[in-house]
Amino acid sequence: MIKIRNLKKYFGSKHILRGVNLDIKDGEVTTIIGGSGTGKSTLIKCIIRLLEPDGGEILVNGKDITHIKKAVELADLRRSFGYLFQEGALFDSLTVGENVTFGLKYLTDVPKADYAKIAKEKLALVGLKDIENLKPSELSGGMKKRVSLARVLATSPKVILYDEPTSGLDPIMSEIISELIVNLKHKLGVTSVVITHDMKSAFEISDTMAMLYEGKVKLAASTAEFKKTDNPYVKQFIEGSSKGPIQMQIRS
Amino acid sequence: MFKSLGRFVLNSLTQIGQASSLVYSSVFWLFKAPLEFAQTMQQTVKIGVESMIVATLTSLFTGMVLALQAGTTMQSILSEPIYIGTLVGFSLVRELGPVLTAFVVAGRAGAAVTAEIGTMRVTEQIDALHTLGTDPIRYLVIPRLIAFTLAIPILTLFANVTGMFGGYLVSVHGLGVSSYTYVEDITTFIGVDDLMHGFIKSIFFAFMIGVVCCYKGLYTRGGAEGVGKSTTQAVVVSMVMILVLDYFFTAILNALGI
Repeated sequence: MIKIRNLKKYFGSKHILRGVNLDIKDGEVTTIIGGSGTGKSTLIKCIIRLLEPDGGEILVNGKDITHIKKAVELADLRRSFGYLFQEGALFDSLTVGENVTFGLKYLTDVPKADYAKIAKEKLALVGLKDIENLKPSELSGGMKKRVSLARVLATSPKVILYDEPTSGLDPIMSEIISELIVNLKHKLGVTSVVITHDMKSAFEISDTMAMLYEGKVKLAASTAEFKKTDNPYVKQFIEGSSKGPIQMQIRS
Repeated sequence: MFKSLGRFVLNSLTQIGQASSLVYSSVFWLFKAPLEFAQTMQQTVKIGVESMIVATLTSLFTGMVLALQAGTTMQSILSEPIYIGTLVGFSLVRELGPVLTAFVVAGRAGAAVTAEIGTMRVTEQIDALHTLGTDPIRYLVIPRLIAFTLAIPILTLFANVTGMFGGYLVSVHGLGVSSYTYVEDITTFIGVDDLMHGFIKSIFFAFMIGVVCCYKGLYTRGGAEGVGKSTTQAVVVSMVMILVLDYFFTAILNALGI
Protein backbone atom coordinates (compact mmCIF):
# COMPACT_ATOMS: atom_id res chain seq x y z
CA MET A 1 0.00 0.00 0.00
CA ILE A 2 1.32 3.43 -0.92
CA LYS A 3 -0.22 6.31 1.01
CA ILE A 4 0.37 9.84 -0.19
CA ARG A 5 -0.56 12.57 2.25
CA ASN A 6 -0.65 16.31 1.54
CA LEU A 7 2.29 15.97 -0.88
CA LYS A 8 3.89 19.20 -2.06
CA LYS A 9 6.58 19.85 -4.63
CA TYR A 10 7.88 23.19 -5.87
CA PHE A 11 10.29 24.08 -8.63
CA GLY A 12 11.46 27.57 -7.73
CA SER A 13 8.34 29.71 -7.61
CA LYS A 14 6.29 27.10 -9.51
CA HIS A 15 4.02 25.08 -7.20
CA ILE A 16 3.52 21.82 -9.05
CA LEU A 17 1.99 19.62 -6.33
CA ARG A 18 -0.09 21.58 -3.81
CA GLY A 19 -1.19 18.90 -1.38
CA VAL A 20 -1.87 15.57 -3.10
CA ASN A 21 -3.71 12.86 -1.15
CA LEU A 22 -3.97 9.43 -2.72
CA ASP A 23 -4.01 5.75 -1.71
CA ILE A 24 -2.53 3.18 -4.07
CA LYS A 25 -3.70 -0.29 -3.13
CA ASP A 26 -1.55 -3.40 -3.54
CA GLY A 27 -2.26 -5.51 -6.61
CA GLU A 28 -4.40 -2.85 -8.24
CA VAL A 29 -4.02 -0.67 -11.28
CA THR A 30 -4.36 2.99 -10.34
CA THR A 31 -4.53 5.40 -13.22
CA ILE A 32 -3.73 9.07 -12.87
CA ILE A 33 -5.19 11.39 -15.45
CA GLY A 34 -5.04 15.13 -15.85
CA GLY A 35 -3.98 17.84 -18.26
CA SER A 36 -0.40 18.44 -19.30
CA GLY A 37 1.66 20.18 -16.63
CA THR A 38 -0.60 19.25 -13.73
CA GLY A 39 2.16 17.31 -11.97
CA LYS A 40 1.42 13.68 -12.87
CA SER A 41 5.01 12.81 -13.76
CA THR A 42 6.26 14.84 -10.78
CA LEU A 43 4.00 12.77 -8.51
CA ILE A 44 5.32 9.38 -9.65
CA LYS A 45 8.91 10.69 -9.63
CA CYS A 46 8.34 11.58 -5.97
CA ILE A 47 7.02 8.07 -5.29
CA ILE A 48 10.22 6.44 -6.59
CA ARG A 49 12.20 9.31 -5.05
CA LEU A 50 13.77 10.62 -8.22
CA LEU A 51 12.51 13.88 -6.72
CA GLU A 52 12.39 14.80 -3.06
CA PRO A 53 9.04 16.25 -1.97
CA ASP A 54 8.98 19.67 -0.30
CA GLY A 55 6.10 18.81 2.01
CA GLY A 56 3.71 16.05 3.07
CA GLU A 57 4.61 12.37 3.19
CA ILE A 58 4.74 9.16 1.17
CA LEU A 59 4.35 5.89 3.06
CA VAL A 60 5.29 2.66 1.29
CA ASN A 61 4.00 -0.31 3.28
CA GLY A 62 3.99 1.92 6.35
CA LYS A 63 7.55 3.18 5.88
CA ASP A 64 8.02 6.89 5.39
CA ILE A 65 10.21 7.33 2.32
CA THR A 66 9.62 11.05 1.86
CA HIS A 67 13.05 12.25 2.89
CA ILE A 68 15.31 9.19 2.86
CA LYS A 69 18.76 10.16 1.61
CA LYS A 70 21.08 7.24 2.21
CA ALA A 71 22.10 5.51 -1.00
CA VAL A 72 21.47 2.07 0.52
CA GLU A 73 17.92 2.96 1.62
CA LEU A 74 17.13 4.51 -1.75
CA ALA A 75 18.47 1.41 -3.51
CA ASP A 76 16.27 -0.79 -1.28
CA LEU A 77 13.22 1.31 -2.13
CA ARG A 78 13.91 1.18 -5.85
CA ARG A 79 14.46 -2.57 -5.76
CA SER A 80 10.72 -3.11 -5.51
CA PHE A 81 9.83 -0.47 -8.12
CA GLY A 82 9.98 -0.31 -11.89
CA TYR A 83 9.62 2.92 -13.86
CA LEU A 84 8.65 3.24 -17.49
CA PHE A 85 9.84 6.60 -18.80
CA GLN A 86 7.75 8.62 -21.19
CA GLU A 87 10.41 8.63 -23.94
CA GLY A 88 11.89 5.25 -22.99
CA ALA A 89 15.21 6.60 -21.62
CA LEU A 90 17.15 3.72 -23.17
CA PHE A 91 20.93 3.91 -22.83
CA ASP A 92 22.26 4.95 -26.26
CA SER A 93 25.65 3.35 -25.77
CA LEU A 94 24.25 -0.12 -25.02
CA THR A 95 22.51 -2.65 -27.24
CA VAL A 96 18.85 -3.53 -26.78
CA GLY A 97 19.80 -6.76 -25.00
CA GLU A 98 22.15 -4.93 -22.63
CA ASN A 99 19.47 -2.33 -21.96
CA VAL A 100 16.86 -4.95 -21.08
CA THR A 101 19.14 -6.78 -18.66
CA PHE A 102 20.82 -3.67 -17.21
CA GLY A 103 18.92 -3.69 -13.91
CA LEU A 104 19.56 -7.41 -13.28
CA LYS A 105 23.15 -6.71 -12.26
CA TYR A 106 22.20 -4.10 -9.67
CA LEU A 107 18.76 -5.17 -8.48
CA THR A 108 18.83 -8.97 -8.56
CA ASP A 109 21.07 -11.99 -8.00
CA VAL A 110 20.29 -13.50 -11.40
CA PRO A 111 23.46 -15.13 -12.84
CA LYS A 112 24.90 -13.44 -15.91
CA ALA A 113 24.50 -16.67 -17.90
CA ASP A 114 20.72 -16.20 -17.78
CA TYR A 115 20.70 -12.63 -19.09
CA ALA A 116 20.33 -13.53 -22.78
CA LYS A 117 17.39 -15.83 -22.04
CA ILE A 118 15.65 -13.20 -19.91
CA ALA A 119 16.19 -10.50 -22.57
CA LYS A 120 14.58 -12.75 -25.19
CA GLU A 121 11.63 -13.61 -22.91
CA LYS A 122 10.87 -10.04 -21.88
CA LEU A 123 11.20 -8.71 -25.41
CA ALA A 124 8.79 -11.41 -26.60
CA LEU A 125 6.31 -10.26 -23.92
CA VAL A 126 6.16 -6.82 -25.56
CA GLY A 127 5.97 -8.25 -29.07
CA LEU A 128 9.60 -7.89 -30.14
CA LYS A 129 12.12 -10.50 -31.26
CA ASP A 130 15.63 -10.78 -32.70
CA ILE A 131 16.56 -7.18 -31.92
CA GLU A 132 18.89 -7.82 -28.98
CA ASN A 133 21.96 -6.68 -30.90
CA LEU A 134 20.51 -3.46 -32.28
CA LYS A 135 21.28 -0.06 -30.77
CA PRO A 136 18.38 2.13 -29.56
CA SER A 137 19.11 4.62 -32.38
CA GLU A 138 18.07 1.91 -34.87
CA LEU A 139 14.58 1.53 -33.33
CA SER A 140 11.34 3.39 -33.99
CA GLY A 141 9.72 5.42 -31.20
CA GLY A 142 7.18 2.70 -30.43
CA MET A 143 9.84 -0.01 -30.36
CA LYS A 144 11.94 2.05 -27.95
CA LYS A 145 8.96 2.33 -25.64
CA ARG A 146 8.42 -1.43 -25.73
CA VAL A 147 12.12 -2.20 -25.14
CA SER A 148 11.94 0.16 -22.18
CA LEU A 149 8.94 -1.76 -20.86
CA ALA A 150 10.85 -5.03 -21.32
CA ARG A 151 13.68 -3.49 -19.25
CA VAL A 152 11.22 -2.70 -16.47
CA LEU A 153 9.75 -6.21 -16.55
CA ALA A 154 13.18 -7.89 -16.48
CA THR A 155 13.73 -7.16 -12.79
CA SER A 156 10.22 -8.38 -11.80
CA PRO A 157 9.27 -5.35 -9.67
CA LYS A 158 6.32 -5.42 -7.27
CA VAL A 159 5.21 -1.93 -8.25
CA ILE A 160 5.47 -0.48 -11.75
CA LEU A 161 5.08 3.23 -12.44
CA TYR A 162 4.14 3.90 -16.06
CA ASP A 163 4.56 7.37 -17.54
CA GLU A 164 2.23 7.30 -20.56
CA PRO A 165 2.82 3.68 -21.59
CA THR A 166 0.70 3.81 -24.75
CA SER A 167 1.66 7.21 -26.17
CA GLY A 168 3.34 6.89 -29.55
CA LEU A 169 2.05 3.35 -30.08
CA ASP A 170 -0.42 2.22 -32.73
CA PRO A 171 -3.90 1.19 -31.47
CA ILE A 172 -3.20 -2.54 -31.64
CA MET A 173 0.08 -2.26 -29.72
CA SER A 174 -1.63 0.06 -27.22
CA GLU A 175 -4.19 -2.68 -26.64
CA ILE A 176 -1.44 -5.29 -26.19
CA ILE A 177 0.34 -3.09 -23.63
CA SER A 178 -2.94 -2.46 -21.79
CA GLU A 179 -3.59 -6.23 -21.67
CA LEU A 180 -0.04 -6.77 -20.43
CA ILE A 181 -0.58 -4.35 -17.53
CA VAL A 182 -3.75 -6.21 -16.53
CA ASN A 183 -2.06 -9.62 -16.93
CA LEU A 184 0.78 -8.55 -14.65
CA LYS A 185 -1.81 -7.70 -12.04
CA HIS A 186 -3.67 -11.00 -12.35
CA LYS A 187 -0.69 -13.36 -12.76
CA LEU A 188 1.96 -11.74 -10.56
CA GLY A 189 -0.04 -9.38 -8.36
CA VAL A 190 1.94 -6.38 -9.65
CA THR A 191 0.73 -3.00 -8.43
CA SER A 192 0.61 -0.47 -11.25
CA VAL A 193 0.41 3.29 -11.28
CA VAL A 194 -0.32 4.50 -14.78
CA ILE A 195 -0.23 8.04 -16.10
CA THR A 196 -2.14 8.27 -19.32
CA HIS A 197 -4.14 10.52 -21.61
CA ASP A 198 -5.55 7.46 -23.36
CA MET A 199 -9.03 7.30 -21.79
CA LYS A 200 -9.97 4.08 -23.58
CA SER A 201 -6.97 2.31 -22.09
CA ALA A 202 -7.54 3.97 -18.70
CA PHE A 203 -11.08 2.60 -18.40
CA GLU A 204 -9.97 -0.85 -19.56
CA ILE A 205 -7.12 -1.35 -17.13
CA SER A 206 -7.94 0.67 -14.01
CA ASP A 207 -9.30 -0.44 -10.67
CA THR A 208 -8.97 3.07 -9.30
CA MET A 209 -8.68 6.34 -11.14
CA ALA A 210 -7.54 9.73 -9.93
CA MET A 211 -7.61 13.09 -11.64
CA LEU A 212 -4.95 15.69 -10.88
CA TYR A 213 -5.86 19.29 -11.42
CA GLU A 214 -3.81 22.30 -10.39
CA GLY A 215 -1.55 20.16 -8.20
CA LYS A 216 -4.33 18.46 -6.24
CA VAL A 217 -6.44 15.33 -6.66
CA LYS A 218 -9.82 16.47 -7.94
CA LEU A 219 -11.34 13.01 -7.68
CA ALA A 220 -10.04 9.56 -6.74
CA ALA A 221 -12.55 6.75 -7.10
CA SER A 222 -13.20 3.33 -8.58
CA THR A 223 -13.42 3.18 -12.36
CA ALA A 224 -17.20 2.61 -12.21
CA GLU A 225 -17.70 5.68 -10.00
CA PHE A 226 -15.37 7.69 -12.19
CA LYS A 227 -17.42 6.91 -15.28
CA LYS A 228 -20.64 8.20 -13.76
CA THR A 229 -19.28 11.13 -11.75
CA ASP A 230 -20.94 14.52 -11.88
CA ASN A 231 -17.70 16.33 -11.11
CA PRO A 232 -17.58 18.86 -13.98
CA TYR A 233 -13.76 18.86 -14.19
CA VAL A 234 -13.52 15.09 -14.43
CA LYS A 235 -16.50 14.85 -16.77
CA GLN A 236 -15.04 17.42 -19.13
CA PHE A 237 -11.66 15.69 -19.15
CA ILE A 238 -13.11 12.22 -19.74
CA GLU A 239 -15.33 13.47 -22.54
CA GLY A 240 -12.51 15.53 -24.01
CA SER A 241 -14.86 18.47 -24.29
CA SER A 242 -13.63 21.97 -25.06
CA LYS A 243 -16.44 23.42 -22.96
CA GLY A 244 -16.26 23.30 -19.20
CA PRO A 245 -14.47 24.63 -16.13
CA ILE A 246 -10.99 23.57 -17.24
CA GLN A 247 -11.09 25.70 -20.37
CA MET A 248 -12.56 28.61 -18.42
CA GLN A 249 -9.59 28.41 -16.09
CA ILE A 250 -7.13 28.39 -18.98
CA ARG A 251 -8.78 31.42 -20.63
CA SER A 252 -8.72 33.44 -17.44
CA MET B 1 24.91 46.06 -10.47
CA PHE B 2 25.19 44.80 -6.88
CA LYS B 3 22.28 42.47 -7.60
CA SER B 4 23.99 40.87 -10.59
CA LEU B 5 27.32 40.70 -8.72
CA GLY B 6 25.54 39.00 -5.81
CA ARG B 7 23.87 36.57 -8.20
CA PHE B 8 27.24 35.79 -9.83
CA VAL B 9 28.89 35.11 -6.44
CA LEU B 10 25.96 32.99 -5.27
CA ASN B 11 25.94 31.05 -8.53
CA SER B 12 29.69 30.46 -8.39
CA LEU B 13 29.53 29.29 -4.77
CA THR B 14 26.64 26.95 -5.62
CA GLN B 15 28.64 25.42 -8.47
CA ILE B 16 31.74 25.01 -6.30
CA GLY B 17 29.57 23.34 -3.65
CA GLN B 18 27.97 21.00 -6.19
CA ALA B 19 31.35 20.09 -7.72
CA SER B 20 32.77 19.42 -4.23
CA SER B 21 29.80 17.22 -3.46
CA LEU B 22 30.51 15.34 -6.71
CA VAL B 23 34.10 14.71 -5.59
CA TYR B 24 32.88 13.57 -2.15
CA SER B 25 30.31 11.20 -3.69
CA SER B 26 32.94 9.83 -6.08
CA VAL B 27 35.27 8.99 -3.20
CA PHE B 28 32.30 7.42 -1.35
CA TRP B 29 31.30 5.18 -4.29
CA LEU B 30 34.92 4.32 -5.08
CA PHE B 31 35.21 2.55 -1.71
CA LYS B 32 31.55 1.54 -1.33
CA ALA B 33 30.96 -0.47 -4.49
CA PRO B 34 33.05 -2.53 -6.92
CA LEU B 35 34.60 -0.60 -9.79
CA GLU B 36 32.77 -0.68 -13.13
CA PHE B 37 35.79 -2.27 -14.77
CA ALA B 38 34.45 -2.59 -18.32
CA GLN B 39 33.25 1.03 -18.30
CA THR B 40 36.60 2.21 -16.95
CA MET B 41 38.56 0.38 -19.65
CA GLN B 42 36.22 1.63 -22.36
CA GLN B 43 36.60 5.22 -21.16
CA THR B 44 40.38 4.94 -20.85
CA VAL B 45 40.51 3.90 -24.50
CA LYS B 46 38.13 6.71 -25.53
CA ILE B 47 39.87 9.42 -23.50
CA GLY B 48 43.46 8.24 -23.67
CA VAL B 49 44.17 6.09 -26.70
CA GLU B 50 41.92 8.07 -29.04
CA SER B 51 43.55 11.36 -27.97
CA MET B 52 47.05 10.07 -28.62
CA ILE B 53 47.39 11.18 -32.25
CA VAL B 54 46.24 14.74 -31.64
CA ALA B 55 48.32 15.05 -28.44
CA THR B 56 51.39 13.67 -30.23
CA LEU B 57 51.00 16.02 -33.21
CA THR B 58 50.54 19.01 -30.90
CA SER B 59 53.68 18.25 -28.91
CA LEU B 60 55.72 17.33 -31.99
CA PHE B 61 55.10 20.71 -33.62
CA THR B 62 55.46 22.54 -30.29
CA GLY B 63 58.90 20.99 -29.88
CA MET B 64 59.77 21.92 -33.45
CA VAL B 65 58.69 25.54 -33.08
CA LEU B 66 60.45 25.84 -29.71
CA ALA B 67 63.71 24.63 -31.27
CA LEU B 68 63.27 27.00 -34.19
CA GLN B 69 62.58 30.02 -31.98
CA ALA B 70 65.35 29.15 -29.49
CA GLY B 71 67.84 28.45 -32.29
CA THR B 72 67.07 31.68 -34.13
CA THR B 73 67.26 33.74 -30.91
CA MET B 74 70.54 32.13 -29.79
CA GLN B 75 71.98 32.59 -33.24
CA SER B 76 71.20 36.31 -33.24
CA ILE B 77 72.40 36.90 -29.64
CA LEU B 78 75.33 34.48 -29.30
CA SER B 79 75.99 33.81 -33.00
CA GLU B 80 75.46 30.06 -32.56
CA PRO B 81 72.46 27.86 -31.69
CA ILE B 82 73.50 26.55 -28.26
CA TYR B 83 71.47 24.98 -25.43
CA ILE B 84 68.57 24.22 -27.78
CA GLY B 85 68.02 20.80 -26.21
CA THR B 86 67.98 22.31 -22.74
CA LEU B 87 65.48 25.02 -23.66
CA VAL B 88 63.18 22.65 -25.54
CA GLY B 89 63.44 20.00 -22.83
CA PHE B 90 62.81 22.34 -19.90
CA SER B 91 59.88 24.09 -21.59
CA LEU B 92 58.26 20.82 -22.53
CA VAL B 93 58.85 18.74 -19.43
CA ARG B 94 57.97 21.38 -16.84
CA GLU B 95 55.28 23.41 -18.63
CA LEU B 96 54.19 22.83 -22.19
CA GLY B 97 53.96 19.04 -22.08
CA PRO B 98 51.44 18.86 -19.21
CA VAL B 99 49.59 22.08 -20.10
CA LEU B 100 49.18 21.44 -23.83
CA THR B 101 48.26 17.78 -23.33
CA ALA B 102 45.64 18.80 -20.76
CA PHE B 103 44.30 21.42 -23.21
CA VAL B 104 44.07 18.90 -26.04
CA VAL B 105 42.34 16.24 -23.93
CA ALA B 106 39.95 18.79 -22.38
CA GLY B 107 38.98 20.02 -25.85
CA ARG B 108 38.65 16.60 -27.39
CA ALA B 109 37.61 14.07 -24.76
CA GLY B 110 36.35 16.46 -22.06
CA ALA B 111 33.84 18.02 -24.44
CA ALA B 112 32.68 14.55 -25.51
CA VAL B 113 32.21 13.46 -21.89
CA THR B 114 30.10 16.54 -21.03
CA ALA B 115 28.01 16.18 -24.19
CA GLU B 116 27.39 12.47 -23.52
CA ILE B 117 26.45 12.84 -19.85
CA GLY B 118 24.48 16.02 -20.61
CA THR B 119 22.45 14.22 -23.28
CA MET B 120 21.83 11.38 -20.83
CA ARG B 121 20.57 13.96 -18.32
CA VAL B 122 18.12 15.66 -20.69
CA THR B 123 16.78 12.36 -22.06
CA GLU B 124 16.15 10.96 -18.54
CA GLN B 125 18.84 8.26 -18.89
CA ILE B 126 20.42 9.49 -15.64
CA ASP B 127 17.05 9.03 -13.89
CA ALA B 128 16.83 5.58 -15.49
CA LEU B 129 20.18 4.66 -13.90
CA HIS B 130 18.72 5.53 -10.49
CA THR B 131 15.58 3.48 -11.07
CA LEU B 132 17.67 0.50 -12.22
CA GLY B 133 19.56 0.38 -8.96
CA THR B 134 22.81 2.13 -9.71
CA ASP B 135 24.15 5.60 -9.19
CA PRO B 136 25.38 7.83 -12.02
CA ILE B 137 28.43 8.72 -9.95
CA ARG B 138 29.35 5.06 -9.72
CA TYR B 139 28.43 4.11 -13.29
CA LEU B 140 29.43 7.25 -15.20
CA VAL B 141 31.64 9.57 -13.16
CA ILE B 142 34.15 7.24 -11.46
CA PRO B 143 35.17 5.38 -14.66
CA ARG B 144 35.70 8.73 -16.42
CA LEU B 145 37.62 10.27 -13.51
CA ILE B 146 39.93 7.25 -13.42
CA ALA B 147 40.30 7.30 -17.20
CA PHE B 148 41.26 11.00 -17.25
CA THR B 149 43.65 10.57 -14.31
CA LEU B 150 45.35 7.60 -15.97
CA ALA B 151 45.38 8.89 -19.52
CA ILE B 152 46.58 12.49 -19.21
CA PRO B 153 49.81 11.83 -17.25
CA ILE B 154 50.72 8.98 -19.62
CA LEU B 155 49.92 11.15 -22.65
CA THR B 156 52.05 13.90 -21.08
CA LEU B 157 55.05 11.55 -20.95
CA PHE B 158 54.48 10.69 -24.63
CA ALA B 159 54.13 14.39 -25.41
CA ASN B 160 57.43 15.15 -23.69
CA VAL B 161 59.23 12.52 -25.76
CA THR B 162 57.64 13.49 -29.10
CA GLY B 163 58.15 17.19 -28.39
CA MET B 164 61.84 16.63 -27.73
CA PHE B 165 62.00 14.52 -30.89
CA GLY B 166 60.43 17.43 -32.83
CA GLY B 167 63.07 19.73 -31.35
CA TYR B 168 65.75 17.23 -32.37
CA LEU B 169 64.55 17.19 -35.99
CA VAL B 170 64.70 20.98 -36.30
CA SER B 171 67.95 21.36 -34.31
CA VAL B 172 69.90 18.64 -36.10
CA HIS B 173 68.45 18.89 -39.61
CA GLY B 174 67.51 22.59 -39.68
CA LEU B 175 69.95 24.42 -37.42
CA GLY B 176 73.00 22.20 -37.82
CA VAL B 177 73.34 21.25 -34.13
CA SER B 178 74.95 17.83 -33.69
CA SER B 179 72.70 15.13 -32.36
CA TYR B 180 75.18 14.43 -29.55
CA THR B 181 75.03 18.08 -28.37
CA TYR B 182 71.22 18.18 -28.50
CA VAL B 183 70.87 14.98 -26.41
CA GLU B 184 73.70 16.01 -24.07
CA ASP B 185 71.99 19.39 -23.45
CA ILE B 186 68.86 17.52 -22.41
CA THR B 187 70.41 14.80 -20.24
CA THR B 188 72.90 17.10 -18.49
CA PHE B 189 70.47 19.75 -17.36
CA ILE B 190 67.11 17.99 -17.05
CA GLY B 191 66.71 15.70 -14.07
CA VAL B 192 64.09 13.37 -12.63
CA ASP B 193 62.70 16.20 -10.47
CA ASP B 194 61.91 18.21 -13.64
CA LEU B 195 60.06 15.22 -15.06
CA MET B 196 58.20 14.79 -11.76
CA HIS B 197 57.31 18.49 -11.70
CA GLY B 198 55.38 18.17 -14.97
CA PHE B 199 54.05 14.70 -14.18
CA ILE B 200 52.57 15.74 -10.80
CA LYS B 201 50.91 18.77 -12.35
CA SER B 202 49.41 16.62 -15.11
CA ILE B 203 47.75 14.35 -12.51
CA PHE B 204 45.98 17.33 -10.93
CA PHE B 205 45.01 18.77 -14.33
CA ALA B 206 43.55 15.40 -15.28
CA PHE B 207 41.48 15.05 -12.13
CA MET B 208 40.22 18.62 -12.44
CA ILE B 209 39.19 18.12 -16.11
CA GLY B 210 37.34 14.95 -15.14
CA VAL B 211 35.46 16.68 -12.32
CA VAL B 212 34.57 19.78 -14.38
CA CYS B 213 33.41 17.84 -17.45
CA CYS B 214 31.38 15.26 -15.50
CA TYR B 215 29.89 17.98 -13.28
CA LYS B 216 28.84 20.12 -16.23
CA GLY B 217 27.26 17.08 -17.88
CA LEU B 218 25.35 15.95 -14.79
CA TYR B 219 23.95 19.43 -14.13
CA THR B 220 22.85 20.06 -17.73
CA ARG B 221 19.38 21.55 -18.09
CA GLY B 222 17.28 22.51 -21.08
CA GLY B 223 17.46 20.08 -23.99
CA ALA B 224 19.88 20.27 -26.90
CA GLU B 225 20.64 23.94 -26.25
CA GLY B 226 21.53 23.10 -22.66
CA VAL B 227 23.89 20.32 -23.80
CA GLY B 228 25.68 22.77 -26.12
CA LYS B 229 25.97 25.34 -23.36
CA SER B 230 27.31 22.83 -20.82
CA THR B 231 29.85 21.49 -23.29
CA THR B 232 31.19 24.96 -24.08
CA GLN B 233 31.33 25.85 -20.38
CA ALA B 234 33.12 22.59 -19.54
CA VAL B 235 35.88 23.25 -22.09
CA VAL B 236 36.28 26.94 -21.19
CA VAL B 237 36.31 26.31 -17.42
CA SER B 238 38.75 23.40 -17.83
CA MET B 239 41.16 25.47 -19.90
CA VAL B 240 41.10 28.45 -17.53
CA MET B 241 41.47 26.14 -14.53
CA ILE B 242 44.46 24.40 -16.15
CA LEU B 243 46.28 27.74 -16.32
CA VAL B 244 45.23 28.79 -12.81
CA LEU B 245 46.25 25.44 -11.31
CA ASP B 246 49.46 25.53 -13.34
CA TYR B 247 50.55 28.75 -11.66
CA PHE B 248 49.75 27.60 -8.12
CA PHE B 249 51.21 24.12 -8.51
CA THR B 250 54.36 25.53 -10.10
CA ALA B 251 54.75 27.84 -7.08
CA ILE B 252 54.10 25.00 -4.60
CA LEU B 253 56.37 22.49 -6.34
CA ASN B 254 59.15 25.07 -6.72
CA ALA B 255 58.88 25.82 -3.01
CA LEU B 256 59.20 22.08 -2.33
CA GLY B 257 62.24 21.94 -4.57
CA ILE B 258 60.63 19.76 -7.23
